Amino acid sequence: MLDLLSGFVTELRQAGLPVSLTEHLDAAEAVHHIPLEDRASLKYALAATLVKSSAHWRAFETAFEIYFANRGPGPADGGDDPEGDRTPEAADATGSGAGRGGRRGQGGGGGESMSAEELAELLYRALASGDGALADVVARYAVTRYAGMEPGRPVGGTYYLYRTLRNLDLDGVLERLIQAARDAGPGDHGLTGLEERLVADEYRARIEQLRRAVESEIRRRLVLDRGAEALARSVRKPLPEDIDVMHATRDELATLHRTLHPLSRKLAVRLARKRRHGRKGPLDFRATVRRSLSTGGVPVEPRFRHPRPAKPEIFVIADISGSVASFARFTLHLVYAISSQFSKVRSFVFVDGIDEVTRFFEGADDPAVAVHRINTEADVIWVDGHSDYGHALSVFNQRWGDDVNSRTSVLVLGDARNNYHASEAWVLEQLARQARHVYWLNPEPRDYWGSGDSIVDEYAAHCEAVVECRTLRQLERFVGDLT
Amino acid sequence: MSLDAHADQQAALGLPPSGPPRFESVPAVREGLAAVGYLADEGIAGVVYLADRLAKPVLVEGPAGTGKTQLAKSVAELTGSRLIRLQCYEGLDESKALYEWNYRKQLLRIQAGQVIGESGGPSGDPAGGAGSATWKELEEDIFSEDFLLTRPLLEAIRSADPVVLLVDEVDRVELETEALLLEVLSEYQVSIPELGTVRATRLPMVFLTSNNTRELSEALKRRCLYLHIDYPDLERERRIVSARVPGISGELADQVARIVRSLRTLELRKAPSVSETLDWARTLVVLGVESIDATGARDTLHILLKYQSDIERAAKELLSAET
Repeated sequence: MLDLLSGFVTELRQAGLPVSLTEHLDAAEAVHHIPLEDRASLKYALAATLVKSSAHWRAFETAFEIYFANRGPGPADGGDDPEGDRTPEAADATGSGAGRGGRRGQGGGGGESMSAEELAELLYRALASGDGALADVVARYAVTRYAGMEPGRPVGGTYYLYRTLRNLDLDGVLERLIQAARDAGPGDHGLTGLEERLVADEYRARIEQLRRAVESEIRRRLVLDRGAEALARSVRKPLPEDIDVMHATRDELATLHRTLHPLSRKLAVRLARKRRHGRKGPLDFRATVRRSLSTGGVPVEPRFRHPRPAKPEIFVIADISGSVASFARFTLHLVYAISSQFSKVRSFVFVDGIDEVTRFFEGADDPAVAVHRINTEADVIWVDGHSDYGHALSVFNQRWGDDVNSRTSVLVLGDARNNYHASEAWVLEQLARQARHVYWLNPEPRDYWGSGDSIVDEYAAHCEAVVECRTLRQLERFVGDLT
Repeated sequence: MSLDAHADQQAALGLPPSGPPRFESVPAVREGLAAVGYLADEGIAGVVYLADRLAKPVLVEGPAGTGKTQLAKSVAELTGSRLIRLQCYEGLDESKALYEWNYRKQLLRIQAGQVIGESGGPSGDPAGGAGSATWKELEEDIFSEDFLLTRPLLEAIRSADPVVLLVDEVDRVELETEALLLEVLSEYQVSIPELGTVRATRLPMVFLTSNNTRELSEALKRRCLYLHIDYPDLERERRIVSARVPGISGELADQVARIVRSLRTLELRKAPSVSETLDWARTLVVLGVESIDATGARDTLHILLKYQSDIERAAKELLSAET
């Protein structure tokens, strides 16, 4: 048991969770107090001691599913698998993963005996009735029938998941269910808009549960096949703050959006605190005398006024072409979410033409809405829609260059891939003289800088710093150090 | 076997014995909490049980209005303990959290000592007239327990009866001030320079709540068990509404829970929390609404959602006019 726990903790650390030795010891002690048969309690006990941030929950859950896999019997088992898993058997599986390969065939018999229509019918019934146990059974059959899992095949779990779900045609089933609910509605006008929406949400929730059941079934079989450590490496999910923004999948982008709001709040609090407690200001005579009354008129503790350093101004010039677009959107969203820490924020976007988008952010109280508007309304195409940094920078200088003063920090966001146009780096040189700081944020990995048509080295000569900002964590650190 | 080893370990660390466990099992915790009106799920009950067995504090995080403070209150009610509450805010310091010397009383005592000594004293101290009390006696006298103002943390440690300590909104406290809590949380003792170390005779159950406005320090998190209370799922929310809103029909509770669930799937600035759901349910009961339709919901939406942009979005996406 301790070995299994140690392996689990190692896996968590490699996924990026900071698990200290004390927490490991606490987990070992916590396990003593819960009955080992209760898998749910084990999960919560380990989570309480090892996971200290809600953003890390997903990574923990994935690792838990792998290391403490539920080895319950398959649908058509001869009964040679003992009931309900547990830890000594999971440890067994880790050790002799290859030997278990033959066992997998056990589930095969049950699923294949059903035809595709029967399975679809069973699925429809399970979703219509909301029966959780039936949904699990359907998940197992579906995986047996459609996933096509073979021993030793070096393919990740997402491929099997995709195959299974595609064959189940969940969207079609959802349509059928909603239509059936409409038909069953009272009277001849069917359901109201609100009722229909509620019904649809209910079915969507059930489908989501089925999807998760399918996913965990696939993972369970992969663990049996390959063993825990090998699988953990391949399905390890990065923490939200470590996701590479440029290459994020749709789900990861959704996670990032959710993380952005609490992140920006924490950043705003941290910046505000830094400004307040950086130095002590002049003595506040009145407050000191007031305080001294409780010590008999003797001023024991002097009180100082808060220093009020000037808030910086920010000019953000963002490239919104191609893959850099999502990164630019995130940065703009973040900067505007903490805009109370700056005295003025002005933002500009460009591809080969440049346009100011400050007006979108001023109207909206939610930066996400403004970011959507940028996509549709900003006027950034000049000739052919391929990035032209040189032209964009020279137009910026011409129209707004005089607005840059000595309190301004200029942020340029982009990968500096100029499509072999003229670089016009003199604009940056002039800006560097006028502004307080000029920073370049590059979302590409450092190794790619200067390759192909990237001219970031030429621009870097005039910037105070070129910072690699691939993940939210790097972005947060940069913005935190900005003021 | 394991419990004895634990007790030996605690004795070796100099901690007081944790006493008999307050809860027998996780289901017992769950039923007990349900009996005092708090519907907990497996995770919550499990962590509370573990916190009692391991004698560790519980750090409860989650969005506002999901029952974090209520959990501590319910546990206090369940175990028959006194609830001691420390509300954290940004200027909190040692004198308001741990203890403070009652300066005024000490000054008065010194001055009274002088006056009484000069006039011979009511007890007629034969050892000498003015200035009869030596400095040593005076020092021991004014730095005694009578002159100590105990604040919540010290009170929780010193109390002889069972106590639940609730440190509310610990994320509002500055990073440096968190250090105050560390000694109390890990070893249940407070060091007062003049009096010595005060140790707890009876370990309190400690709950810290946080709204996640800032990242808590590693040192604090390390000493606690972590519990994240998120918005409840449909089934649990329906049960909470049925239990906490007297006079509500099962069907209305079900509708309320479903609508709130759908609202939470929209991208709102602030999703409705459990307390707002309960307020809405109570309003509907007061208005005598049997079943909610789109217009009714739209009229009362401001109870659930607190931002105008959210209300507009919800009205548009969820409650658009019936065809």
